[in-house]
Amino acid sequence: MSAKSVASRPRAEPGRPPATPRLRVADLVASGLLGLRARKLRAALSALGIAIGIAAAVAVLGISASSRANLLAQLGAEGNLLTVTAGQSYDGSPAELPLTAEPMIARIPPVESVTAIGYVQGATVRRTAAVPAIDSGGISVLAAQPGLLGTLGGSVARGTFLNAATARYPAVVLGAVAAQTLGIDRVTPGTQVYIAGQYFTVIGILRPVPLAPQIDEAALVGFPVAGSRLGLDGHPTQIYLRATADQVQPVASVLPFTANPAQPEAVQVSRPSSILAARAAARTAYTGLFLGLGAVAVLVGGVGIANIMVISVLERRGEIGLRRALGATRRQVGLQFLTESLLLSALGGVAGVLLGAAATAGYAISSGQPAVVPPAGVAVGIGVALGVGALAGVYPAARAARLAPAEALRTS
Amino acid sequence: MTAVLEIAEVSKSYPGSPPVTALAAVDLRIHQAERAVVLGPSGSGKTTLLHVAGTLERPGRGSVKIGGEEVSAMSDAELSGVRARRLGFVFQQFHLLDHLDAVHNVALGLLYRGSPARERRAAAVEALDRVGLGHRLGHRPSQLSGGERQRVAIARAVVGRPDVVLADEPTGNLDSATGAEIIALLAGLADDGTAVVVITHDQAVAAAMDRRVLMRDGRIISDQGPR
Repeated sequence: MSAKSVASRPRAEPGRPPATPRLRVADLVASGLLGLRARKLRAALSALGIAIGIAAAVAVLGISASSRANLLAQLGAEGNLLTVTAGQSYDGSPAELPLTAEPMIARIPPVESVTAIGYVQGATVRRTAAVPAIDSGGISVLAAQPGLLGTLGGSVARGTFLNAATARYPAVVLGAVAAQTLGIDRVTPGTQVYIAGQYFTVIGILRPVPLAPQIDEAALVGFPVAGSRLGLDGHPTQIYLRATADQVQPVASVLPFTANPAQPEAVQVSRPSSILAARAAARTAYTGLFLGLGAVAVLVGGVGIANIMVISVLERRGEIGLRRALGATRRQVGLQFLTESLLLSALGGVAGVLLGAAATAGYAISSGQPAVVPPAGVAVGIGVALGVGALAGVYPAARAARLAPAEALRTS
Repeated sequence: MTAVLEIAEVSKSYPGSPPVTALAAVDLRIHQAERAVVLGPSGSGKTTLLHVAGTLERPGRGSVKIGGEEVSAMSDAELSGVRARRLGFVFQQFHLLDHLDAVHNVALGLLYRGSPARERRAAAVEALDRVGLGHRLGHRPSQLSGGERQRVAIARAVVGRPDVVLADEPTGNLDSATGAEIIALLAGLADDGTAVVVITHDQAVAAAMDRRVLMRDGRIISDQGPR
């Protein structure tokens, strides 16, 4: 080397107090990553425990959030569905509401939509006339209006729903449970069921309607055909309506008088959406169980990371000695191992969140629900992973920091 | 001549029964650009001397000054700072990180000074060039011969332009021809103003250095050559 280059880069000034070593955060993270990159398989396996735990927790939260979102979508997020029922007659079958009930309710200004159903007494639904009448399968026959699905938030799984035309003909739409009971899973032009002595053509099958489970177990026909062929007098037995969200309570209070001015006390008004919303919000026992299992997996994963880090410190005495010789302080060596532990657990946490989100999406898609991964669940998952990683890294980091440099260099 | 390393009346013993005396009242002054070799059989205390001189171990008694600064009373962080700025180390086992290429291994020599990565890399490339490995920048230690690995380690020791390079048996894992090259390289560092202290039990190394310090049982028994 020439004398010029000596002069161009001055050595440390003699006599000046030494500055303590500095390590940039980016370099600290790079050092941590280096340790992981050098032992990829080991890193992946030790992060797996945390990943499984976080995945279980995120999946459980995601699946229950998806189910809830699905239910809320059906409820109409406002939960503004009301039902009007006319008590029961002496034999337990639904009593009738006045013919004027539905048009009167429709005139209440905050009512957005209204639809009526009529219970056809004594009608059974069978696959063919050859099936004994006693094997009715508990399927009831209900007269329904074309607007039923719109008000209830239901949908058709196969075929079509009743419209103004098919409501006049012997056409029937089966609820989800009723179709299953009858063994009908597709709609062809020749699919018929035997209702009260005559064949009706099946034109549609519904998806389950969580807000009105009685629809699931019913065969739905139009009011006109129920009147002409099944002897229904046109009186509805139940009315579903949706009101403007902030007017639900006032509407509910005037409903008995509107539906049956002569006998308001015989009218029952209920709000099924509030019951279902409460049920949806409640955690199931399984949620708690799986969250518990996830917590155990995360804990075991944390112990695994601590174990791997302790082994790593033992194996890398030479590297620790070298870094001390190059000017690393105890604190910087400790921070390097702590960073490594945090990166491992963060890796596990991120992998767990992705796995959990994938499981949620898979479940939601397979069951036709919207996929919802709650952001709070993701944040808590990553946070828990980092917390566990920090705890797991404290002891190995302290061991690495405590190692005397000369000893570390000698024993390697 | 400026003394870059002054060891005065340094004693060091390790607990045990009976306690092992590794250094007994050792005095040693190393000047700028000096080439010194510390010779002695194993157990003579020469590695302990290197550790004490390199602030890797604290002396039991006595004074150690590096670049004129008394280090005995410094905190751990201050000692680390002295190592980062004023000292370079070369080890028998090279102590290269296997998963880093030559440039990054050398750049580690500047890591704890907090200089930016680009500066560290540029200095590392230059240092590798200086040790004759300008064509091996991207090679990992496993792709290098023993002599080349030790050259990388030397580049790492000098990348920060230390006052003193302390080498502990730098030829211990090399054949004699490669060892001679490494010693010549180390001796050449002094041309740049860096003091070089090599610790070895290999008599052949001694020939390349100006000053020969002989140790036995923790004492300096002879100190020959120019200072």
